[in-house]
Order: sequence, then C-alpha cells, then structure tokens
Amino acid sequence: MVVTAWYCDRAVKEYLLPLLRSLFESLRDLLPILLVIAFFQLVILRQPIPHFGDLLWGIGLVVLGLTLFVQGLEMGLFPLGETMAYDFARKGSLVWLLVFAFSLGFGTTVAEPALVAVADEAAQVAASGGSIEDNDAARERYATGLRLTIALSVGIAIVIGVLRILRGWPIQYLIIGGYLGVVIMTLFAPPEIIGIAYDSGGVTTSTITVPLITALGVGLASSIRGRNPMTDGFGLIAFASLTPMIFVMGYGILLG
Amino acid sequence: MSSDFLHALAGTLFDVLPIVVIIFGFQVFVIRRPIANLRRVLLGFLYVLLGLALFLDGLEKALFPLGRLMAEQLTDSGFLHRAMHVEGTALDWRDYLYVYLFAAAIGFSTTVAEPALLAVALKAREVSGGAIGVWGLRIAVAIGVGLGIALGTFRIVTGTPLHWYIITGYVLVLIQTLSVPKNIIALAYDSGGVTTSTVTVPLVAALGLGLASTVPGRSPLLDGFGLIAFASLFPIMSVMGYAQISHWRARRQRPQRG
Repeated sequence: MVVTAWYCDRAVKEYLLPLLRSLFESLRDLLPILLVIAFFQLVILRQPIPHFGDLLWGIGLVVLGLTLFVQGLEMGLFPLGETMAYDFARKGSLVWLLVFAFSLGFGTTVAEPALVAVADEAAQVAASGGSIEDNDAARERYATGLRLTIALSVGIAIVIGVLRILRGWPIQYLIIGGYLGVVIMTLFAPPEIIGIAYDSGGVTTSTITVPLITALGVGLASSIRGRNPMTDGFGLIAFASLTPMIFVMGYGILLG
Repeated sequence: MSSDFLHALAGTLFDVLPIVVIIFGFQVFVIRRPIANLRRVLLGFLYVLLGLALFLDGLEKALFPLGRLMAEQLTDSGFLHRAMHVEGTALDWRDYLYVYLFAAAIGFSTTVAEPALLAVALKAREVSGGAIGVWGLRIAVAIGVGLGIALGTFRIVTGTPLHWYIITGYVLVLIQTLSVPKNIIALAYDSGGVTTSTVTVPLVAALGLGLASTVPGRSPLLDGFGLIAFASLFPIMSVMGYAQISHWRARRQRPQRG
C-alpha cells in the first residue's frame, strides 16, 4: 500500500503536475486571441459567435498541440541542434559544417508551403504586370524559379550566419550591410515585386526550422572558445529573413 | 481521428521530412557518430509532429474561419459606412479606425501564441540565465507586431508606398542598434523573423487581402502585400526598445541603492 501510494505520488509530481502546468500555460498563450475575437465579434460587430461547440473543440486541440510541441522541443529539436553543433565543432571540418548549414537552409525552405503560396501569387502579379506571359507554363516557370531563388538565398544566409558565429563578426555590420542591399535593390526593382519581396523575408522560417536553427547557433557559439552564446549564438534567423528580400528583387530585375 | 487532422499531419510530416533527411544523412555519413539519446530525440520529433498537427487542425477548426470572417466583415464597406462615417462624404482614412484596432489586437494576440517565437524565447531564457524572461520577450515582440500591422493597414488604406515605411524603419533600427546593450542585438534581429509563421500569417493575410479589395483604388494583387514585412520589422524595434528601457531603469536605480 505504502509503496503504491509512493509511486502514485511520484507519478503525480513528475508527470501529471508538469503536464497540467504546461497545459495551463498553453491556454494562457491562447487567451489573448480568444479575448480579441470575442470582443470584436460581440461588441463591435454585434453578432453571436457561430458554431460555439466547434470553437471549444478547436481550442482544446490547439492547447493540446502547443503543449506537445513544447515538450517535443525540449526532448528532440533543441538537444539535436546542439549536439550536431558540438559534433561539427569537435570534428573541426569547416567545409562540412558549411555544407550542412547550406543544406539545412535550402532544404527546409524549398518545400515550405507558405513559400509555395507566395511564389504562386508573385507569378500572378508578374503576369498581370506584363513582365512574363500570362499562361500556366510561364507562371509555373516563374514561380519555380522564384522558389529556388529564395531557397538558395536562405541557404546562403545560414552559411554567412554560421561563418559569422565562427569568426565572431559583430552582427550589426552584416545586417546593416543587408539593409543597404535592400534599399539599393528597391531603387532598381520593378515596383510590383517590392511588396512580395519584402514579405518573402517573413515567410521563409517555419515553426520547425526556427528551434533547430536557433539551437544550432547557440550550440556553436557555446562550443567555440571566446564566443558568447547570447551575443554570437542568435542571429541565424535574422539572416534568413533578410537575404530573400534582396534575392527576390534581384530575380524581379533579371526577369522584368 | 478526422480527415482534417490527417491532412494537417500529412502537411507537417512533409515539412519535417527534409529536415529529417538532412540531419540523419549528415549524422550517418559525415559525423559518423550515433545520436545521443536517439529514442528520446525521436520521441521528441514525434511530439513536435503531433503537436503541430493538432495545433493547425484546431486553428483551422476554430479560429481561422472566424478570424477571416471578421476581417472580411470589418473591412466591408457597409460596416464601415455604419460604424464611424459622417454621411454624405467619401470614406477617408479616419473611417477605418476599427480596422486599425483589429489589426493591432490580432497582431498582438496571434504573436503571443506563435510557437516559433515561444521556442526562441525559451532558448533566450536558458542562454541569458533567466535575465530575459519568456513572457517579457514575447510581450515585447507582440507589441511590435501589433503596432506594425496597424501601421501596415493604415498604409493600405492611404495607398502610400511600402518602401518609404520600411526604409524609415531601417533607419530607426540603425539608430537603436547604436545605443542598446550589445548582447541583445542578435536576439532582437532574430525576433523579426520568427514572428510570422503558423498563426499570424493566415489571419494577417486575410486582413490585407480584404482591405485591399474593398478600399477604392487598391488592387489586392499589388497592395495586399506588405503586412508581413511590417510584422517582421517592428518587433526588432520593440525588442530593442524593451532592452533600452530596462537598461535605463537599471542604471537609474543603481545610485539610489548604493
């Protein structure tokens, strides 16, 4: 009896309580959206909330999903990103590390659904602006080319970002250089591509890529002597959101 | 187990596949060392996969349809005429007050729930030894996204060129970079890229498209873009602003204590 009670107690403390706590935290994360939607629906638009049962069921799924995701981050993505960083640092092969960085950036971006959608819209804009022919084949070619361009730019971004961590270059000079690049390209790019180019920076980094790349950067910065994980470890995502803007405008200039 | 869930799961699986192939390929052929705690890592991947699929399925069931519908209703010219408008004049930018409010509120609240931002905030807390709180960073980023998207809707309504806003933003980021503590700079730049993924993009895109197709003289194809650019630029400023404020407060308090 005593032993069973002890096991129960341990199970509650080690599994149930943390689980309840993280469920509660996920619910708290979701609360602002619910308040905003309720307020605008009931007070401003003055309409009832449709399908209330579906809404509650959906919220339950979201909360459960967020909880599982965070659990999985701590167990899988974070440790994996860090161990790989340590392993590469110990192996000491710069070339392989950079090849890995490029593949990770290129490979995770090229199939990204958000990017596929953006590329298709961009093709429509280009066709309506008259810079490509307005038929399926031409649009398809344009969209595929754009996707490859963006994936290439993200691959290059991660390579530059990893080099920066290794060498300890201050991030602000590189980012400001990138901003200058964006401004210069804006001057020459066809006007209809600018909006898409600026948006493309935000859609490249997916929910699964971000934790992995962040862990990789922090892991690299902590395994190299003289690097500070706080100052040097972050920043890979920043590069991955900046280079696509420049490359997309370049693509627009070349094909425009 | 509904078909929607399976659909979301397939989508997430497709998302994870390139990562798995790249990582395990390099692990086996280049690093040539077994992954530590392989079973735990695989279980973690499974959790991430299931978690994201549930998350997306839930959003698609509950929040996205309602959010999209509200974005449409708020930008609808009938509602705008009833809400704020003085009869007998054309709609001008002041009549869109509720749209700006909704944009700010939805930008803020969806960012708080964004899983990618949560991941970066968890990492930042770990690396900074707790100095940067998970909640504090997310609120700072969310304020930035809210302000950014509100300004972005204002831009669509007024039809002013996107690049002037963004270039001005760059100049502000530059000035702030010169005066913030060094260790926050990289994190601030990163927070621009993580704000816009699973939760924010679908709702914000609906808002931009709805607005661009109802405001007279705007084309959804040309003017509907740009909100995401605002949502990725403004958090950089708000996170650096947050760092500046806490830095100043710490400096002001120090002499009194000593």
